[in-house]
Amino acid sequence: MSVFGFHFAALVVVLPLISAAFSALLRGKNLPWALTTIVSALSFYMSIQLLIEVSANGPLSYEMGSWAPPWGIEYLVDPLSGFMLMIISGVSTGVLLFARESIAKEVPEKQLGMFFSAYLLALAGMLGICITGDAFNIFVFLEIMSLSSYVLIAMGAGNDRRALTAAFQYLIIGSVGATFFLIGVGLLYMMTGTLNIADLASRFSEIEDTRPVRAAVGFLIVGIGIKLALFPFHIWMPNAYTYAPSIVTAFFAGTATKVSVYLFIRFIFTIFGIDFSFGVIQLTDILMPLAVLGFLSMSAVAIFQKNLKRMLAYSSVAQLGYIVLGIALANETGLTASIVHIFNHAIVKTGMFLSVGCMFYVIGSPYLKDLNGIGQRMPITTFGFVLGGIGLIGVPLTPGFISKWYLILAALERGTYVSYALVVAIVFSSLLAVIYIWRVVEVAYFREPPEGSTKTEAPLSMLIPTWIFILGSFYFGIETSINVGFAKAAAAFLYGGQ
Amino acid sequence: MFFDQFNYWIFIVLLMIGLYTVMSRTNLVKKMIGLSMFQTSVFLFYISMGKITGGTAPIVVETAIGAPETVYSNPLPHVLILTAIVVGVATTALGLSLVVRINETFGTINEDEILEMEDDT
Repeated sequence: MSVFGFHFAALVVVLPLISAAFSALLRGKNLPWALTTIVSALSFYMSIQLLIEVSANGPLSYEMGSWAPPWGIEYLVDPLSGFMLMIISGVSTGVLLFARESIAKEVPEKQLGMFFSAYLLALAGMLGICITGDAFNIFVFLEIMSLSSYVLIAMGAGNDRRALTAAFQYLIIGSVGATFFLIGVGLLYMMTGTLNIADLASRFSEIEDTRPVRAAVGFLIVGIGIKLALFPFHIWMPNAYTYAPSIVTAFFAGTATKVSVYLFIRFIFTIFGIDFSFGVIQLTDILMPLAVLGFLSMSAVAIFQKNLKRMLAYSSVAQLGYIVLGIALANETGLTASIVHIFNHAIVKTGMFLSVGCMFYVIGSPYLKDLNGIGQRMPITTFGFVLGGIGLIGVPLTPGFISKWYLILAALERGTYVSYALVVAIVFSSLLAVIYIWRVVEVAYFREPPEGSTKTEAPLSMLIPTWIFILGSFYFGIETSINVGFAKAAAAFLYGGQ
Repeated sequence: MFFDQFNYWIFIVLLMIGLYTVMSRTNLVKKMIGLSMFQTSVFLFYISMGKITGGTAPIVVETAIGAPETVYSNPLPHVLILTAIVVGVATTALGLSLVVRINETFGTINEDEILEMEDDT
């Protein structure tokens, strides 16, 4: 890597952060969008370079301002954070390619500069959480991401005024979660005297039996759980995803909760350590029932939704259940399943939300009752949505199948009666997914389009990015060496790096 | 027991009052007040953590030879909490501006009344 390339670790976050200020100054329909897309694409390029570098030469440590850790803030790219950086910046870039026409219709032109400014801040926050090696720095980035996401969700108020209440609800719950996280980090700092993650990890075993540390673990798990929309804390998420502008929903579905999953993995595996998390405090007993209840109940709830975006949002909560189950299984295959599903779900769900964005652009409503015969009115978009749905269900040759395959392998690896029950639950939940996707198929293909409706497709600038995600999901379902390869490397690193 | 850790008890009491207010009030402004209180209690926790009994402000002072070493309070939690205060202010500002927008569009800031209107639409 060149001398300049070494600074990619800092630039990947700093570039979107600084560009946010410039975007706020730009006016018009195209300029803020162009700036944001270019910056996001550059971040994507740098993320790929970092991931290649890390895969070849091991973790990369960057000292902010040349202050050596643990005193200075360290940016650390390891196989997991490199993979996350690539997913986040990749999804963001794909969504932005789609965004130009879509967002101009949903947000007034004079607000677009500010809108993309908030978008860049959210992107910088997410990338920052994944790359930083400092626990307090995580809190700062978490709040940068959260505050800008409340704004982005509230921007949906032009379509539906309920976006405002959804954003407010998310603000209340999100702030409570972030504050719990802050208390947890404070308690850890009190006991260890350090905020550097590597330092925390090395000192953790000496003080793991003290009461403040137990309290810290509780605060951190609950705090991150709220941000992650873990099953009983998911209440903010369906509203927020339903009323946000199309591209915001697509962007967040693939990335925002995944960042919290990353934090979950980082704290459980790197800081607390496997022996403590699954031996001493038995996290499996807490997380596994929540995960299973989560994906079963949320898949069932998704069946009864009248709003397509809300249906997909409930489905997202269910998918997070699979991811948490993989973590709770406490073996390397399970962690691989979680990490690979972070990737697979990001690409599939983003593709589906983008298809819904196309429908919303043309029809102006995400309600199923308004989408009768959409298969004839918008054949290309609807076909993309159905292909995405097949990927979500987990039919072989799709990414959903790969994730569930590894998840079932991991469950069987535990070799108890519980594991057979888990396999049944996973298969049953997939069948529920068949039902809610089928409801859309029925509305789209087996109902007559309303009188006087014409065949109108969304503009090509929206269809092409949508299809990139849909076809991409099939590519990664068949040729799995990239996603599974990186996920395996990350899981092996987290298990080996103890 | 209580007075040894007076600050920490107050931190917990404020935290719980804040959380209870957020959960129990239906008026959105009161909810924001509760949330601010909830966040402020954490500031107290961090600041208490940095204090060392008999410690002075962390500014290097020349001590005479043979005099006891100066004890300093830990400045790091104080610096950290400055950042958290900024975050808290931003959250409150954003939350209240959302309340203003909600009041403009729904004509009320009572959560129950808003929920009723949402069911209608």
